[in-house]
Amino acid sequence: MQGHFHKAALAALAGSVSLVAQPWFATAAFAQAPIKIGFVTTMSGPEGVIGRDIADGFNLALKHIGPKMGGRDYQVVYGDDQVKPDVGRQVVDKMLESDKVQIMSGIIFSNVLLASVKPILDAGAFYISANAGPTAMAGKQCHPHFFGVAFQNDNNFEGLGQYLKDKGLKKIYFLAPNYPAGKDMAAGFKRFYKGEMAAEVFTAFGQLDYSAEIAQLRAAKPDAVVMFYPGGMGINFVKQYSQAGLMSQIPLFTGPGTVDQTTLPAIGEAALGMYIGAMWTEFGENPANKKFVADFEASYNRIPSQYAAMSYDTGRVINAAVEAVGGKIEDKAAFQKALENVKFDSVRGSFKFTPNHFPVQDYHLAQIEKDSKGRLVGAFRQTVLKDMGNAYGDDCKMPAP
Amino acid sequence: MSFSLFIEQLLNGVQFGVMLFLISAGLTLVFGIMNLINLAHGALYMSGAFIAAAMIKYTGNFFVAVVVAVVATAGIGAVMERLILRRFYARDHLDQVLVTFGLILVFNDLVRLVWGVVPVQLRLPGPFSGSVQLMAEVQYPAFRLVILAVGLLVALGLYFVVVHTRIGMWIRAGASNRPMASALGVDVGLIFSLVFAAGAALAGLAGLMAGAISSVQVGMGEPVLILALVVTVIGGIGSIRGAFLAALIIGIVDTFGRVLLPPALGSMVIFMLMAAILAWRPKGLFPVNA
Repeated sequence: MQGHFHKAALAALAGSVSLVAQPWFATAAFAQAPIKIGFVTTMSGPEGVIGRDIADGFNLALKHIGPKMGGRDYQVVYGDDQVKPDVGRQVVDKMLESDKVQIMSGIIFSNVLLASVKPILDAGAFYISANAGPTAMAGKQCHPHFFGVAFQNDNNFEGLGQYLKDKGLKKIYFLAPNYPAGKDMAAGFKRFYKGEMAAEVFTAFGQLDYSAEIAQLRAAKPDAVVMFYPGGMGINFVKQYSQAGLMSQIPLFTGPGTVDQTTLPAIGEAALGMYIGAMWTEFGENPANKKFVADFEASYNRIPSQYAAMSYDTGRVINAAVEAVGGKIEDKAAFQKALENVKFDSVRGSFKFTPNHFPVQDYHLAQIEKDSKGRLVGAFRQTVLKDMGNAYGDDCKMPAP
Repeated sequence: MSFSLFIEQLLNGVQFGVMLFLISAGLTLVFGIMNLINLAHGALYMSGAFIAAAMIKYTGNFFVAVVVAVVATAGIGAVMERLILRRFYARDHLDQVLVTFGLILVFNDLVRLVWGVVPVQLRLPGPFSGSVQLMAEVQYPAFRLVILAVGLLVALGLYFVVVHTRIGMWIRAGASNRPMASALGVDVGLIFSLVFAAGAALAGLAGLMAGAISSVQVGMGEPVLILALVVTVIGGIGSIRGAFLAALIIGIVDTFGRVLLPPALGSMVIFMLMAAILAWRPKGLFPVNA
């Protein structure tokens, strides 16, 4: 009993000492606690190949950054959402509650992101999206702590719409999976392409066989086909489109993430000649991109996809903002300001955030061809839109920090 | 819908149907005769596709690859039956579901270990990779016609074996009354192994043909397994004839449902059909033990 009392007295004494010493002591503790970053992406299942590229791109950025951000240690916690909104939500909850993450990123699919983003933002954490940019987050649900580094979902299809309008193509056949990003891409396309739509078809998410849809589109005799099928769906669609003999008859256009280095090895030569609307290609001429592509190939022995490029940029956006606040990300208003005005050398060349926290950047047209080593790549053709923001700025009433 | 488009969609529906039949044939026999629910059937389908893709890459010969893939998948099926599933025939369905679900995970990770996460390419020989002009307005992918022909031939062959041969008689006897068949001197153990290996071979064949038109990737067997279970249940568990008819119905209804109905309804239509058929005939179209 007496021993206990003795210890308690000692503890109180120690407490008062530390109280006196607080300014010095607190800074030291503050500098020692590492920044916690939660990286949730799709590691398992067919779409795991995208998750691998996103994680590799992010890890390459961390390798280039080194062991400290803004003079402070950091830790990254990884999680797998299995492309299931409910699983993603559970992983996010666990990271917020037991790992106490402060910054999150990595979710690929818009439907998974939309299910998880509210608990993240409610917990006061920041979400820096390396891929998904759903309309809701750019417009009505825009949030001071949410930033989209890659694109707003509509963007690349706005570029395609502009290109097809410029080319004077008349009847367009549009296909996408029936989920939020599919609807966003259709909306983006029609915002810039004002001509006739032969049809807009939304298929079940994860559909394997498109023979019925391809027969319908052949019968409609469109001038061009525009489709958005990320991951395995894209492999199936492009192979089947080519096997139906249509690749040489009706030009096929798609956005990023459908026909890229995550799917081209499986599609093979069936993809030759098709067009891609993209904000990044392997051949971007700026020094940041040359370094990224060369180091990625050296580290992982394959060409990076746009997913990898965007998460590489995401890692560097986070680092640049953390450096700008000297590692003190607990000052959330300052960290938000640092993100809004972030300065870094993007692999896309020029980059800045719009007031609703999505990129202002250029959009290009690329075409699938073989490079000097016989590998299938997206080769730059032309720039379609310059310094584009997004259409949802007016819907976003960004609350003051 | 014009006549030529209708013909093309009908071909698509029948082609999808025979594909489903190839996958379901083994599942329904194993379920009907051995009373075993094999969720790992989709893993055999995936194995067929991956082995064929690898063989095409290394030998460059499509036909050699087909033979090797089908034989190898039958072998994998036989080993799986001998080593693991044989012990579960007498156990209840929950145990069977658990062990075969575990097998799915094991197979997926083995494939990931060997081939990696990136989907692989199954390259078709030149003449099969294009399309052919069937009628004035109907241009149809050549390989889908091959699938159609192979599927119908296999269906005919299975019909002949099951209805007109001694082994077929044993299989039917085993399906309708197992203890009686074994009391009459049928080597039930041997029949089980044969049926399982044959079902695995068919799943492998279906997998490699599907791999030529869609992507060969880890987990490709699971979505297909669900449809195969629907076919098995609609057709009547253990009935080859039922599986064939149910597969064709589902293939055609799904194809036309997708193009004629709104998207949400189109992807539900086969499950609504299943509910309707089961309400009308709770044991499926051709119940074996009726």
